[in-house]
Amino acid sequence: MTTPVETQVGTKPLIEVKNLEKRFPISRGMFRQATEFVHAVDGISFDIAPGESLGLVGESGCGKSTTGRMLVKLMNPTGGHILFLEDGEQKDVAHVGGSEIKAFRRRIQMIFQDPYESMNPRRTIFDTVSEPLSVQGVGTVVEREERVLELLQLVGLTPPENFLFRFPHELSGGQRQRVAIARALVMNPTFVVADEPTSMLDVSIRISIMELMTTLAREMGVSYLYITHDLAVARYMCDRIAVMYLGKIVEIGPTEEILANPKHPYTRALLSAVPVPDPSYKRTPVEIKGGISKAINPTPECRFIQRCPFAAEVCFENPHPPLEDRQGDNHFAACYRVDEIG
Amino acid sequence: MSVDDQTQVTEPLDKELEDLTHGAAAVTQVPMWRIRWRLFRRSFARNWALFTENKMGLAGLTIIGIFALMAIAHPILMTFVWDPAIYDPVGGYDAVESIVTIVEEVTDPATELSLEDARIQLNPFVEVGEEIVTVLQPAPPSFSGDYSHWLGTDPQGRDVLSQLLFSTRAAFLLGAIAAITTVVIATTVGSVAAYYGGITDSIFMRFADLILLMPLLPVLFVVGPLFGLTMLNLGLIIGVLNGFGGVAIVLKSQALAVKVKPYIDAAKVAGGGNGHVIFRHIVPNVLPLSFLYMMFGVTEAIAIESTLSFFGLLNVRMTWGLMINTAQTQGFLLSGVNYWWLLFPAGLAVSILAFAFFIVGRGMDEVINPRLRARG
Amino acid sequence: MTVSLENLETRQVDPTKPLLEVDRLIMRYQVKTGEVSAVEDVTFTIHQGEAVGLVGESGCGKTSVALSLLRLLPSNARFLSGEIRLNGEDLIPLGAEEMRRRRWKDIAMVFQGAMNSWNPVYRVGEQIRETLNTHYKGVLDYGEQNALMERLFAGVGLPPEMLERYPHEFSGGMRQRAVIAMALACSPELIIADEPTTALDVIVQDQILKELKRIQQEMGMSILYISHDIAVIAEVTDSLGVMYAGKLVEYGPTDEVFARPFHPYAYLLLKSTPSITGPRRQLSPLEGEPPNLEKPPTGCRFHPRCPFATEQCVTQEPPLVEVRPGRRVACWNYEDVPELEEALLK
Repeated sequence: MTTPVETQVGTKPLIEVKNLEKRFPISRGMFRQATEFVHAVDGISFDIAPGESLGLVGESGCGKSTTGRMLVKLMNPTGGHILFLEDGEQKDVAHVGGSEIKAFRRRIQMIFQDPYESMNPRRTIFDTVSEPLSVQGVGTVVEREERVLELLQLVGLTPPENFLFRFPHELSGGQRQRVAIARALVMNPTFVVADEPTSMLDVSIRISIMELMTTLAREMGVSYLYITHDLAVARYMCDRIAVMYLGKIVEIGPTEEILANPKHPYTRALLSAVPVPDPSYKRTPVEIKGGISKAINPTPECRFIQRCPFAAEVCFENPHPPLEDRQGDNHFAACYRVDEIG
Repeated sequence: MSVDDQTQVTEPLDKELEDLTHGAAAVTQVPMWRIRWRLFRRSFARNWALFTENKMGLAGLTIIGIFALMAIAHPILMTFVWDPAIYDPVGGYDAVESIVTIVEEVTDPATELSLEDARIQLNPFVEVGEEIVTVLQPAPPSFSGDYSHWLGTDPQGRDVLSQLLFSTRAAFLLGAIAAITTVVIATTVGSVAAYYGGITDSIFMRFADLILLMPLLPVLFVVGPLFGLTMLNLGLIIGVLNGFGGVAIVLKSQALAVKVKPYIDAAKVAGGGNGHVIFRHIVPNVLPLSFLYMMFGVTEAIAIESTLSFFGLLNVRMTWGLMINTAQTQGFLLSGVNYWWLLFPAGLAVSILAFAFFIVGRGMDEVINPRLRARG
Repeated sequence: MTVSLENLETRQVDPTKPLLEVDRLIMRYQVKTGEVSAVEDVTFTIHQGEAVGLVGESGCGKTSVALSLLRLLPSNARFLSGEIRLNGEDLIPLGAEEMRRRRWKDIAMVFQGAMNSWNPVYRVGEQIRETLNTHYKGVLDYGEQNALMERLFAGVGLPPEMLERYPHEFSGGMRQRAVIAMALACSPELIIADEPTTALDVIVQDQILKELKRIQQEMGMSILYISHDIAVIAEVTDSLGVMYAGKLVEYGPTDEVFARPFHPYAYLLLKSTPSITGPRRQLSPLEGEPPNLEKPPTGCRFHPRCPFATEQCVTQEPPLVEVRPGRRVACWNYEDVPELEEALLK
């Protein structure tokens, strides 16, 4: 399987995911072995360079959230490798445990989707933002206070001392999400997984949060995995986009390139379905059948076969197509018929 | 999209926290504990305001307060006002003696006693015409004279009021032991079972089912005589049984609701270990519900105790239940209004105090469960 | 799979005739601490067969407007003034019983999150039948109800066998289609769709919106779309109104409003919406937060966040005036608002 490869020759990627897999057994009762598995993430590979932002795009059930959770070790993969660059060395963190995870958590953090539910309502903003510090035993209380103040200032909650001892319910949605960003950045991580951080915010506030994230990423040298279902948002936040469908990455490449020249039939269907805030824009309709279902004990051929308007013999006779870059422009698609489709 | 999110602008700070916010340097100077204390006071004040909106909870608290005063009053009275020989709730003795003449037929009940009654009550060998010293026991309430008993005396000559006040302390003690034990055990069990799931969860829950199956009172009826129950171990037994039983199940489901919240994930991603997550995140969000059940637990404990001592199964000095037990064993249970002071004070005390804790619990429910609050 | 609805009334529509007119509606909620000004002087018209959109963020009052039309408001809501005219008849003075007769027959609603409001213990068909029984008691017998329900399902692209299934056997998109079918049950003249596709995936959303558009065109139905997603509104509506903090701040034909928004809020909203088409624009955020409706700002409610605000905006509330044929704006300085295209490409 060809892996999308380093962006610069000689530079190792910050995160290199190889054949990552997560299968959930469908239980058949307490004493029977599971025979059916949901292949939530079915062997995906990608990498992210230092300072780069990769968007993971797809509809619900495609496995993007599961991927994100595996990268922050909220969940352990059932197969594959996650190679994380630390001190020039790549280390497989897929199956580390115990005390190693704690050290790992200084480097990889997460921003959650729900600005309210992602904070303990009984803890102050200070408690929430300083939690990584206090749990890892970093600094004295006063030092932590100062660090939190510094970060609150950075995320635009000024004057920061006003916010330090408030509770989440006293803040608005946008403010809370800023706190979430502060918490993610308080330990100076090198990599942040952002799981739909703006989808629950008002439209007029989204941009300021997105801009904040981009600015901070640049200033602090942080890479992002930006998980979203909203392609328009991905366009603004991500250097590259990976499109997922039923646990597989079907297309991956530079953002503008994918939006301008989608190769995979699913990507094209997705793009044609996104509503555009311009009534004069006429979308080219791409007819696509059926709806998403779960990948339960999937058959080896292309996952998209049931719904693909271009499915042909070659698709039925072969296993799920690998990601290939036919034109050498770093734009990969997993489709046998990529050259024939217009 | 949380479309019904009422986006809030930060409220103006109250005066207490204002001195904390004059500059970042000022904030870091103030010691953490003082900040926590102020925050606690502020949120307590808010919760109190909510609690007192509903008169019910306030009424319950008042009643409990009155009983607390009663409990405190007893040792004070015993030390300064009352003569222990007479007023001690267990060993005191007071009786009004009177001299009656035994006659064939009673014309004046105050000074005469019929032969039949005399032979039954006193001595089979009395004869008409004899003058006997009888004791009026139990005595009805009297407020005057050398021996004033505001609630009368019981069949063994002990002052009922003193007994009532003395038992209040026992009731609170029992309630406290039972309730706290229940809450500590149930919160921990519920949180741990919810967090770990799997086998741990199954074991605790099946055990809880087992306990639920057990009828508490009959079990205590057996345990009581076998091992001897004092207030302390009764409290512990009730606490332990409830703690591993029904309350654990309820608190576990609350813990489950907390466990799936994103902030638990956030705590893990921050580097929090299992202990940190359970005791710093899950338990604090389960505790309000625990306190609620604590209130109901006190109600139950008081009721159980009075039942058990009514059956004489408790090894206690004096409780309300025991007061009724005394009345019953001496044959006054069905005497109704004639000997009301033997039954009503104790019975009412049990009922009212248990009820008071219950309605305080209901009042707390409104604070804890915002959906119950009346709309503006 | 789509079947056109026969025998469900296909009306002849006259797009010039107004179906629903909201005229200077003022509605407030009574709360313990005062009044929340939820709908403040809102005026717009929905013509026969027209799709109108109400756009705005959370708390702007658009759902309150929708609930006012059907009088499904909570008990602490008060109509202070204004009229809601359905085919010329004012609905506000009507009694509860009369309003109930109009509900669903003349105006139906697809509620926000309606796809989750199916009772999980009853079959979907039974729940739709309940609606029919409420409105068509004695008019349709059991067999006729079945026939109607099958036609309704066919009309929204669902196989009739699904009537016998339970809600959990439907996917999200299918549940939403079923909700639309239920809304169509009594052949209303107007359907209010409140965030009809918010919780759905993009491809399903596209299908649902196409379905609604088809229903609008084939059945001559008017639709009021309520959404915070301006892209969705752009796709499906003929005219739109922009709401902010309880006020209608701009109104006009959809393509004209998008091409040249007049109100600063509408302008800034468009400037802050990312799009997958066109050049990668420079987006600019909106400062601040929506106001507290219990104590709204003086004068124009948008002035604290408005880059074009002047002294007058702080003290005087601008009225909704017609500045071009068919275009209404509530702003003193609308002429200062620049052309959108240039601003975006900067």
